[in-house]
Amino acid sequence: MTLRKPPLREVHAERDAKFTEFGGWDMPVEFDSIRAEHAAVRESAGVFDVSHMGEVEVAGPDATTLLDRLTTNDVTSLSPGDAQYAAITREDGVMLDDTVVYRLPDEERTGDDADGAVDADAGPVDADAGPVDADGDDAGERDSHETVPAYLFIPNAGHDAQMHERWVDHRDEWGLDCEVRNVTEDWAMFAVQGPDAPDLVADAVDDGGPDVRDLSRFSATFAPLAGADCWVARTGYTGEDGFEVLCPWTDAEAVWELFAADATPCGLGARDTLRIEEGFLLSGQDFDPEDEPRTPYEADIGFAVDLDAEFVGRDALAAQAEAGVEDTFVGIELLDRGVPRHGYDVTNEDGHVVGTVTSGTMSPSLDKPIALGYLPVDLTDPGTEVRVVVRGREKRAKVVAVPFE
Amino acid sequence: MSFDVPDDLRYRESHEWIDPETGRVGISEFAQDELGDVVFVELPSEGDAVAAGAEFGVVESIKAVSDLYAPVSGDVVAVNEELFDAPELVNDDPFGDGWMLELDVEEGDLDDLLSADEYRDQIA
Repeated sequence: MTLRKPPLREVHAERDAKFTEFGGWDMPVEFDSIRAEHAAVRESAGVFDVSHMGEVEVAGPDATTLLDRLTTNDVTSLSPGDAQYAAITREDGVMLDDTVVYRLPDEERTGDDADGAVDADAGPVDADAGPVDADGDDAGERDSHETVPAYLFIPNAGHDAQMHERWVDHRDEWGLDCEVRNVTEDWAMFAVQGPDAPDLVADAVDDGGPDVRDLSRFSATFAPLAGADCWVARTGYTGEDGFEVLCPWTDAEAVWELFAADATPCGLGARDTLRIEEGFLLSGQDFDPEDEPRTPYEADIGFAVDLDAEFVGRDALAAQAEAGVEDTFVGIELLDRGVPRHGYDVTNEDGHVVGTVTSGTMSPSLDKPIALGYLPVDLTDPGTEVRVVVRGREKRAKVVAVPFE
Repeated sequence: MSFDVPDDLRYRESHEWIDPETGRVGISEFAQDELGDVVFVELPSEGDAVAAGAEFGVVESIKAVSDLYAPVSGDVVAVNEELFDAPELVNDDPFGDGWMLELDVEEGDLDDLLSADEYRDQIA
């Protein structure tokens, strides 16, 4: 299979980056040293090319309804500029993906557009769209001029086509009026993370743009960078302060260079060690509808489920919320020497297999072996002793709270 | 990128080197670069016997696990225990402080290994 290439594949290659396949994309895993890149994010700032992440745009009178029914969180609570973490579940409550939903500025529709016609040629969201109307999700009486809500959500790498299809199918099944566009290859995405990231990103904004330091966590705005209209969000997946910047694919190199001059270019290797230290889930590894079918409650992201919303999987999750889960996602610290890896068995003190490591690494910050995985709830109290089977040998370990300390 | 390949060592295709004079064994600069940051090394104990071509240990980087293969058969006469606390020595000095074992070497056993030039060709 031919791998999809991020727009800066060759730029990274010129920096001697090493590459890996991830979600069908050929992505930089390491520029110089995972340990050094990890440390840069914890201590100063690092910049990641995460253009393999999907982007799906949903806009129209019923966009809010569609997103609300297909994600586990309360989309109706979002105002333009808000971001929200959510899961995407199937009928039995099993997670298909996790995602961040951004509410974009409302779009103005005129003429044919306002009658619900789909503009197949529409590209990335128009940064000048407006005016902002927080009540724009109410279709109400339509005339030839109206504002409609618009959203961008971020499926995980390689899931964009599947999620686009899911959204389109449900839109059609439910007879909703909105456009759903897979704009994954219209947007490049960079994560600038670390304590120095706010000043760095703020300095990168063109004169006259907003001061992005004013953005609160999980909020976003359009801002001009290197002459390009970029969506700048105070979100990220490293546990550090920072931003995720979406820019038009064609402007990717100019925007990347704004950051790469002052922040350490980082690959997916450091992104993995950073997110494991925080206990953050990795789609396809810590949960997967085929290989590791888990609900949001099992995956310990119940905070992203709003049972007052009506979404696919809601009834199954309500039942699980009532009955409780059998297994839950925990942190595990190895006490013996070794490195826990995805797929290693976890056993109890009697030697019986009770769970599996879904992610593991030698923590660069803490310099100790750490893992994530699912264990029966009676073994999840911090301090509970377990074993991790490392290449056939049981290593002593204990359950710990995340983030790891 | 070009990598150091000392002329006085012999090499396995799987990237281990051995010093014919001392019997010291390690992995090449190319191998440590491919692995990335080494975080863990598992080695046999002094007195253990290893067989040519057989696994004798494991080197783990943050992103990968790799088996280590013995260049020749022999008994382990020394183990670099510093690597247990400082596995990064494999990255920093793969032909020096990052050595792993010392084996008692029978001379004929070295004949099957690559010369420095042959190994350079392999990693070119």
